[in-house]
Amino acid sequence: MGYKSDMDAPVYRYFDHGADIGVAGYGETLERAFEAAAYAMFSIMADLDAVKPASPVDFDFEEADAELALVTWLNRLLTEAHTRAWVFARFDLRHKNARWIGQAWGEPWRDSLERGVEVKGATFTELSVAHSALGWEARCVVDV
Amino acid sequence: MNLDGLEQITPYCFAAPARGGAAPIRFFGSRALLEAMDEKVREQITHVARLPGLVGAAMAMPDAHWGYGFPIGGVAAFDPEEGGVISAGGVGFDISCGIRCLRTPFTLAQLSPVIAPLADALFRAIPAGLGEQGRLKLSLPQLDEAMTGGAQWAIAQGFGRDEDLPFIEERGRIAGAAPEHVSTHAKERQKAEMGTLGSGNHYLEVQVVERIHDQAAARAYGLREGQILVAIHCGSRGLGHQVGTDYLVSLAHAAGRLGITLPDRELACAPIRSPEGARYLGAMNAAINIALANRQILAHLTRDVFARFFPRQPIDTLYDVSHNTCKAEEHIVQGVAKVLYVHRKGATRAFGPGHADLPAPYRAIGQPVIIGGSMGTGSYVLAGTATSEAQSFSSASHGAGRAMSRAQALKRWHGRALIDELARKGILIRTKSFRGAAEEAPGAYKDVEAVAEATESAGLARRVAFLRPKACIKG
Repeated sequence: MGYKSDMDAPVYRYFDHGADIGVAGYGETLERAFEAAAYAMFSIMADLDAVKPASPVDFDFEEADAELALVTWLNRLLTEAHTRAWVFARFDLRHKNARWIGQAWGEPWRDSLERGVEVKGATFTELSVAHSALGWEARCVVDV
Repeated sequence: MNLDGLEQITPYCFAAPARGGAAPIRFFGSRALLEAMDEKVREQITHVARLPGLVGAAMAMPDAHWGYGFPIGGVAAFDPEEGGVISAGGVGFDISCGIRCLRTPFTLAQLSPVIAPLADALFRAIPAGLGEQGRLKLSLPQLDEAMTGGAQWAIAQGFGRDEDLPFIEERGRIAGAAPEHVSTHAKERQKAEMGTLGSGNHYLEVQVVERIHDQAAARAYGLREGQILVAIHCGSRGLGHQVGTDYLVSLAHAAGRLGITLPDRELACAPIRSPEGARYLGAMNAAINIALANRQILAHLTRDVFARFFPRQPIDTLYDVSHNTCKAEEHIVQGVAKVLYVHRKGATRAFGPGHADLPAPYRAIGQPVIIGGSMGTGSYVLAGTATSEAQSFSSASHGAGRAMSRAQALKRWHGRALIDELARKGILIRTKSFRGAAEEAPGAYKDVEAVAEATESAGLARRVAFLRPKACIKG
């Protein structure tokens, strides 16, 4: 399992899946939980402490269902990263009703960044967006 | 997996009867393999059995494991005339992920003196791993041509030769591709990813034929002991992943609109004879062609590298199989020929002897089926059987299948140490990702011997040759 947290860092954990990897993000708000899940997902691909969040990428999408919004958010980040051959290390998400506005900061892959494992997509498996005593939890299995 | 409530109808087939409007279920494999499966495999295949228009049984192959929507190793056929559906969760993200197997004329004795520089040269020539782009950069119109032309398009661009085509499923190009139903995001992701291997469980492996099980089939396939083969395991790269992503969400929405009650939202599907189903089918076929083109380009790059060490020696395609697909095929159902849409999610098509789609040299033997094992153990070439048609709509296993999660593997192995250990065993690994190597540790996979033996004993395909890895390029 392994929670990871410090004052300002995203709070996330991984959970087991037979072939792939479960990611769960936590936060006081839904948006912070989604951002933490994104951080967990990109941490599978690289050591994000070594990534310079130099340039931002902006995007938005429409989704009324919170669970489908989590999947869409994670998949949209993968799309934006893979299209540019970039890796992201910082995330910001806002939403009003069904409209979600996302921003991610990162840099192009360079030789000195050790490669983790490519995430192909976020799935509906173990998909859940829920409020608990810990705040918001946003989780799903990502296909690697 | 708990086998309670399942009836053992043969030593290698366990069944659950049709129940409450759901179709029957068949698990193929030994009792030991089935007992070792995750409980989720049963849950997922039980959900598949409840989808509309399913013909025969929902099936799990001997290498089945927990997937998303369908289990990996899940097979299900649907009749479009009976409300049958097509499911994005039944195909997966890496559409048409598969294996191109190349047959070289070289022996291990010839290869051994150059194996290390050959592995290094392959590692330099084959773009592999995260963030690695191909040398080929395509415009959007060129991508449209690749999506409709598949390996035939790649050959027309100078990658390989026409003689490869009979030895690729669909002769290298599946009909029915609809690039107009592939999103701009998907196309953008693929512009620089043609001719790349990817990461995770994808690999390019140099193998030696260590053991022949079936001499007649081996002769037909051009295999002999000590011969060097090359297996290229990869799929439709970013375009396929994006098609999977796009349609998983849009079909989940569509299922609600179309009144389909999904036992699991990840089985996102639409009737084959619906506009939504037709759009996904067209986009999926486009992704299949991208995978076929991608493996064709990688085969060409591989030949180029071998030619530097062994000039003017022909390297033929033994066969090219796809794993994550839904294909329209004619099958006999209660004595009547019907076109069914067969989902194979982590399963291999395995046509038996005499099938018209097989190339002439293999027609009397059956389709080559390739079970890719882990990088430290080995792989099998098998042949489709006459019995697999009745058993599984001509489907068989595709790999060893994971025995433990990636997180468990990371706790148990360290990438650098694992690579050193394999080198001492005579298996050279080249990778940029130590994490990836650890997650793919041989011990994290099921015993490929048990899977191949069960595949044969269940009558799905028969073993032809066992292949031992000598060098492996990992993404």
